[in-house]
Amino acid sequence: MKVAVVRFPGSNCDLDVLYVLRNVLKVDANLVWHRSFSHNDFDAVFLPGGFSYGDYLRAGAIASHSPSLPTVRKMAEEGKPILGICNGFQILIEAGLLPGALLRNSCLRFVCKWVSLVAENDRTAFTQLLQRGSILRMPVAHHEGRYVNDEEGLRELEENGRVVFRYVDESGKATEAANPNSSMNNIAGICNKEGNVLGLMPHPERASEPILDPCGKTDGLLLFRSMLEFLRSR
Amino acid sequence: MKQNPTLNVDLTEQETCGVRKTLGREPNKIEWGMLDIMFSEHCSYKSSRPLLKGLPSKSKRVVVGPGYDSGVVDVGDGYVVAFKVESHNHPSAIDPYNGAATGIGGIIRDILCTNCRPIALLDLLRFGDLKNKHCRWLFKHVVRGIAEYGNSTGIPTVAGEVSFDNSFETNCLVNVACVGVGKRGKLTLARMDKPGDYVVLVGGSTGRDGIRGVTFASKTISEESEFDRPAVQIGDPFAKKVVIEATLEAAETGFVRGIKDLGGGGLTCALSEMSNKGGTGVEVDLGKVHVREEGMTPLELMLSESQERMVFVVEPEGLKQVLNVFDRWELPHSVIGRVTETGKVVVRLSGKTVAELPSKILAEPPIIRRRALMPRKHMELWRVIKPKQPKNLTNIVYRLLSTPNIASKEYVFQQYDHEVGIRTVVKPGEADAAVLRLLETDRAIAVKADCNSRFCYLDPFNGHAGAVAEVARNVVSVGAEPIAVVDGCNFGNPEKPEVFWQFSEAIRGMVYMLRGLRLPCVGGNVSFYNEDEGSGRAVKPTSIVMMLGLIENLNWISTMAFKQPGNLIIVVGRTYPEMGGSVYYNEIHGIASGKPPRALVEKEKGSINTVKQSIREGCTRTVHDCSIGGLAVALALMAVKGGLGARVNIDKVPKAGVKRLDELLFSESNARFVLAASENNVDKIVRFAKRNGVPAAVVGEVENSNHLSIFNREAKVIDCLVDRMQKVWSHAIPKLMGEIC
Repeated sequence: MKVAVVRFPGSNCDLDVLYVLRNVLKVDANLVWHRSFSHNDFDAVFLPGGFSYGDYLRAGAIASHSPSLPTVRKMAEEGKPILGICNGFQILIEAGLLPGALLRNSCLRFVCKWVSLVAENDRTAFTQLLQRGSILRMPVAHHEGRYVNDEEGLRELEENGRVVFRYVDESGKATEAANPNSSMNNIAGICNKEGNVLGLMPHPERASEPILDPCGKTDGLLLFRSMLEFLRSR
Repeated sequence: MKQNPTLNVDLTEQETCGVRKTLGREPNKIEWGMLDIMFSEHCSYKSSRPLLKGLPSKSKRVVVGPGYDSGVVDVGDGYVVAFKVESHNHPSAIDPYNGAATGIGGIIRDILCTNCRPIALLDLLRFGDLKNKHCRWLFKHVVRGIAEYGNSTGIPTVAGEVSFDNSFETNCLVNVACVGVGKRGKLTLARMDKPGDYVVLVGGSTGRDGIRGVTFASKTISEESEFDRPAVQIGDPFAKKVVIEATLEAAETGFVRGIKDLGGGGLTCALSEMSNKGGTGVEVDLGKVHVREEGMTPLELMLSESQERMVFVVEPEGLKQVLNVFDRWELPHSVIGRVTETGKVVVRLSGKTVAELPSKILAEPPIIRRRALMPRKHMELWRVIKPKQPKNLTNIVYRLLSTPNIASKEYVFQQYDHEVGIRTVVKPGEADAAVLRLLETDRAIAVKADCNSRFCYLDPFNGHAGAVAEVARNVVSVGAEPIAVVDGCNFGNPEKPEVFWQFSEAIRGMVYMLRGLRLPCVGGNVSFYNEDEGSGRAVKPTSIVMMLGLIENLNWISTMAFKQPGNLIIVVGRTYPEMGGSVYYNEIHGIASGKPPRALVEKEKGSINTVKQSIREGCTRTVHDCSIGGLAVALALMAVKGGLGARVNIDKVPKAGVKRLDELLFSESNARFVLAASENNVDKIVRFAKRNGVPAAVVGEVENSNHLSIFNREAKVIDCLVDRMQKVWSHAIPKLMGEIC
């Protein structure tokens, strides 16, 4: 089992994701330069957070034209697990692998803080070990994370359980105050129809060791573990 | 207007004569321009150097001391930490967004020069009153500039210090610090040691931006400053991120012998300082420099401060390998020359020599001995008529919590990505210092910066000695051993004897406390001319001290939040009636005068050692340094952070000479901590205090309630609601910024 972490110029969280895969989970993971990425070698792909190409033009827009994206698309079609975190989510959306758009936060500022998420789909490649309705804590850190879609697009996502994570308060309610960027329907993460491609704005890699979590938990690690479980049972 | 309009330079008569004499000829126009830059206060430290020499700079951990781009200390297991502070006050006062952003850019490069990976940023900011529109504008855009640049480079901004005072209305202070980690055996220095090595210019292309930025920074701010806007550089954080990764990868090849960033003074500064340090010379061909605009003159090329550029000194046999790394990162580069043994900086263009000056003349301008004179009326600042004690002290606590200097700085740090890098163990706002684990070892470091400008104005000696002590207490509070500092000095015009007196007193104060605590100062930055020409007003003297602490055992990490109902609250250190410069006097009574707290080495040592031992012996994990707002505010914040109440008997606090309740509650005396510990650990803590010669007393208990109740003997004198305190404390700055009503 081999996992790729794709590194674009401007990626920031590449080494963090790699650390969790290698040092916390002891997985065979490689940092792959975006120009030399070929899928035959890998069983799963992470598109890490950061500011690929400086987020110039639009967050993720330039990276979505990287030579690595056709490979990512092919792997997605083969049903391999693909996780886009933060800027990685933005890239997946710009590349059309996930629907909708991510706009500037409504407060017009970068927001870095720990948030609560409710897991609404426990069948994706990255959420198998989660309980539906369970609440997870992880940090967000972004300027452009306000998820939007048209009415039909939203309905399609909602009706098919493709809203995987939603921002909620501590009691599990999707309130306005709990929504750090004013995403529609408090959406924090969505998946494709098949459930093997997931994108989310919060950073699971920053919530994968007790020492980093103010509450001493490791909620983010569940996404990584779910993926391993998914690969094992495939 | 230049000091010397004929030559179009700011050099004094004495300086121009000195140059002619040493050189034995008249320099040409380009050479005068290069000398002008290098002799500026910003590059030469000609006023401050004689005094800075007095700062202690050695310890068994110091690997690289002052004089290089950053200080480097050993943190064990073969690893080192590099850190440095830099000011970007002048550009930020004119163009807050770009000024602050490029400040971050510059300090990151300083760390990179040592081949250390930058892992944390700190921002140390001073603004005027937030009720003033101009101050809000500066505040908002400085923070945005730091956020957008820092976040994009993937370096977390983990700590800092923001405070507000009228003296910073026109001249805001923007000091930024960076911390890096690297392998001891792989350090590089900004030197040209070996003739024959190639000189490679890497990164952004050279343009006309930022020309003479340093001479601009060596002037006071005036109405003409608006026209100096072209002297402010424009940053490109994406290019910086690529420069960071490519630099570290290039250094990994083993063929890079020296690295220096191009900041103030551009190529002139980098080439002369590197060759002078190595005792070599250098010859460059300006025709090779990759430029972004046509027709730049040799002087413009030599002075440009275009951002995101580095100079690499590369061994000839490894040149190709190093250039391959830059190519892969698609990073522009040009081989512009070679190291020589001539001792000179030789600049050529189209086959002709256009400038030829000894490196030493450029890099070691003569110092200027400035006159220091205590202002005649300084003592009058200490005179004060004591105000009447307010009846409702509960209300005073709420009011203090909502003053911008005490209020939560979440508005600021929430805009910074303080988590990237997965090292940030103690996050902004959770404790007195930030804690970063070193992924490379099983240790952690603590970082924090401090300075109380109000104290430093009233008494520069005690104020700055106190700044060193406070920042030491801050890192001790999170479980660290203080190991080294860097300082960021911000003062007015040094040509004024009263300003230079403030500076010399500040240095004297820092020397006193650093020696006493046996701490080295491994680098720093001096920014003069922080003055507004219109009003003639200088900023309050502010030498910000940034401390690096080492935590050898992650179990020692402590924070300020009350954690367990039933824990007893202990105050370490004695409270004195030292009200001058306190937030209570300033904000509640409108009194700016008075004598600020004294800073005494023996007392600091005693308190620090008591807390260090208490943490290491496992007696406590709840520690907070008592500073602005006094004991009442310290207790309030520990309650707010923990979401727990407390019952306190303030009369039990160790004190001397205190006759009033408000003095006991709000005095900002040094050398004090507040701890919480379980009952069975209290005796030990008190014993440690006794052994260290400082008083410690149990003053109350943490409660599972929403009340912070403070009693004086039998009488309840304060009854604050924890949730209301949380609200006024966290809403104050967003309210002033118009974000919430």
